[in-house]
Amino acid sequence: MATRSNAAPFLFRPLPRGGRLLKHLLLIGFGLIMLYPLFWMVSSSLKPEELIFREPGLWPSEVTLDNYGEGWTALKHTFGYYLWNSAVITGLCVAANLVACSLAAYAFARLDFPLKRLWFAIMLGSIMLPHHVTVVPQYIVFAELDWINTIWPLVVPKFLATDAFFIFLMVQFIRTLPRELDEAAAIDGAGYWRIFLRVIIPLCTPALATTGIFTFIWTWNDFFSQNLYLTNSDNLTVAVALRQFLDSSGESSWGPMFAMSIVSLGPIFGFFLAGQKYLIRGMATTGLK
Amino acid sequence: MYASMSDSVSVTPERAPVAQPPPQPPGRRRRVRQVNVHRRREARTAYVFLAPWFIGLFVITVGPILASLYLSFTDYSLLEPATLVGLDNYDKMFTEDDRFLASLKVTTIYVVVSVPLQLAFALALALALDRGLRGLPFYRSVYYLPSLLGGSVAIAILWRKIFGTEGLVNSLLGLFGIEGTGWVSDPDTALGTLIILHVWTFGAPMVIFLAGLRQIPQSYYEAAAVDGASRIRQFWSITLPLLTPIIFFNLVLEVIKSFQSFTQSFIVSGGSGGPADSTLFYTLYLYLKGFKSYEMGYAAAMAWVLLLLIAGLTGVNFIASKYWVFYGDTK
Repeated sequence: MATRSNAAPFLFRPLPRGGRLLKHLLLIGFGLIMLYPLFWMVSSSLKPEELIFREPGLWPSEVTLDNYGEGWTALKHTFGYYLWNSAVITGLCVAANLVACSLAAYAFARLDFPLKRLWFAIMLGSIMLPHHVTVVPQYIVFAELDWINTIWPLVVPKFLATDAFFIFLMVQFIRTLPRELDEAAAIDGAGYWRIFLRVIIPLCTPALATTGIFTFIWTWNDFFSQNLYLTNSDNLTVAVALRQFLDSSGESSWGPMFAMSIVSLGPIFGFFLAGQKYLIRGMATTGLK
Repeated sequence: MYASMSDSVSVTPERAPVAQPPPQPPGRRRRVRQVNVHRRREARTAYVFLAPWFIGLFVITVGPILASLYLSFTDYSLLEPATLVGLDNYDKMFTEDDRFLASLKVTTIYVVVSVPLQLAFALALALALDRGLRGLPFYRSVYYLPSLLGGSVAIAILWRKIFGTEGLVNSLLGLFGIEGTGWVSDPDTALGTLIILHVWTFGAPMVIFLAGLRQIPQSYYEAAAVDGASRIRQFWSITLPLLTPIIFFNLVLEVIKSFQSFTQSFIVSGGSGGPADSTLFYTLYLYLKGFKSYEMGYAAAMAWVLLLLIAGLTGVNFIASKYWVFYGDTK
C-alpha cells in the first residue's frame, strides 16, 4: 500500500523496448508449446517407424514418405476413397446450411409475421439443445426409413435448417444492413424473393462465408453421427476410417496412422488459412465454436 | 454481447409498406385494408421462407424430444415393440447402475476442472494480446488453430499417442531422467489428459474475449489514468467488470459444450471409457447403452436426464450471474 504512489507511474509507462521483446518471446514460446504436438505429428509421420519414439525432437534424422504410402492403402479402400466420401457429405451439408439458414434468417431479420418473437426465442433455445436428446428417436426413424448406411441422416437435417447457430449468425448480420436498400428495391418493384436474392444475399457474403467454413469444419470433424450412421466399410468417411485404422492396427503402425491423420486435417487447415478472417469475425459476433 | 443475443427480434409493426402502387390513397378505410392485405402477404412469404426451418423444428427436433420422453418410460431394443415400464429406467440409473454414476462423476469433474482452466487461459491470453500489440493477427491464429482441430479424430489419436507409455510426454520426461507412466492407461491420469486436450482449445473463447475487450471504450482508461489509477486497478475496476457479460457467455457455452464431449473419450479410450471407466463420458455411456447394447429406452432416459442437467446448470448459471455479471448502470 505504501508503495502505491510509486507503483502507479511505473505501471502507466508503456513497456520499455526490452519488455516488449520479452512479451513477444513469451507469446512465441507459448505458441510453440501449443503447436508442438502438431509439429511432432508431422515430423513423426516423416520418420521411419522405429525412430518415432526414440527421438522426441522435431527434426527427423532420416526422412521417408513410406508412412504415407502405407497408410493410404492400409484399409479396404484407399484413403482417397474415404476423403471423397467425406467431401460429398461435407459439400452437401455446406450447400444445405447456406440455403436453409439464409432463408430462415431473412424471414427473422426482415419480415413481420405473427408470433415472431416466440419463434425467434424457440430458435435461440434450440441452439443450446443437446444433440443427444434427439438422437435415439432420430436413429429409430432413420432405421425405419432404411437410411442407415446412407448419407441421408447426415445431410437431410441440414436442409431443414437444424443448425440454428447459423440462422442466428445471419440474422445478426442482416440486421446491420441498411433497410433503405430493401426499400429502394421495393420501390423499383422487387418482391420479397427478388430482394432476398438480389439485395440481401450478395451483401451477406461474409456471413455466408463464415457459415460455409464452419459447416465444413464441423461436418468434416464430426465423428458421433458419422460413426453412428455409417458402419458399412464401403461408405466410411475420413473420421470413421481413422477410427477403424486405430482399431485394426492397435498399438502398432503409428507412422501410417499419423500420416493419414495429417491428410485428414489438411482440408481443415486449408480452410482455416483461407477463411481466417471470416472465422474470427463469425466467432466474435456470435460466439460460435 | 450476450445481451444482444437475448435481445429479441426488432419488430417494426408500424413500418409503412413500401411498394404501394396508388400514389394517393383514396380513402382511409381502403388504406387500412391495403395495409392488412400487405401484412398478410408479408406473413405468408415469411412462412414460405421459414418452411424448411419449421419442418426441421417439428420433425427433427421437437418430435424426437417428445418421442424420447415417451421412450424413456419404456423398454425398447429396436427389434421388439416398446413395453412401458414406468419410471424403471430412471430408478435403475440412480440406484443400481454404477457405471451411470461413474459417468456422471467423470463428466462433472471434466466440466468443473477443464472449463474454468480453459477460460482462464483464454482470458489471460486475450489480455496479453489486447491493445496495439504488433503481430496480433498472427498470434490469434496460432492460438485459435487448436480450437478448430481439437474435436477431430486425428487429434484424439495424437493425444492417445502423446500420452501413451512410449509417447512424446514420456520421451520428453526421459530427457530429464524421469520415468512417466502410461498416462492414458492409468485410471488416475487418463481423465487429466482429456482435460488438457480441452484446455488446449482455449482459442475459441479467447477470440470472443478479444472482441469484447475491443468494445471497452479507450476513454474509460484515459479517465482512470487521469485520476491516477494504476494498470492493475484499471483491470479490476474497468476491464473485468465490463467483461463479465462475455465471461458469462463463454461460461454458459463451454459448460453446455463440454458436458456433451464425445469424440475425445471415445478415441482415447478405444470406445470403452476405460481404463476402469475413468474416461467414461456421459454421452459415451449413452452411446454404448443405446447403440451397442440397444437399450434404447434406457438411453432415452439418459438423454432426458442430460437435458435436465444441462438446463439446470444453465439455469443456475443465469441465476448466479445476477450476482457477478455487470450489465452497466442502466440495467
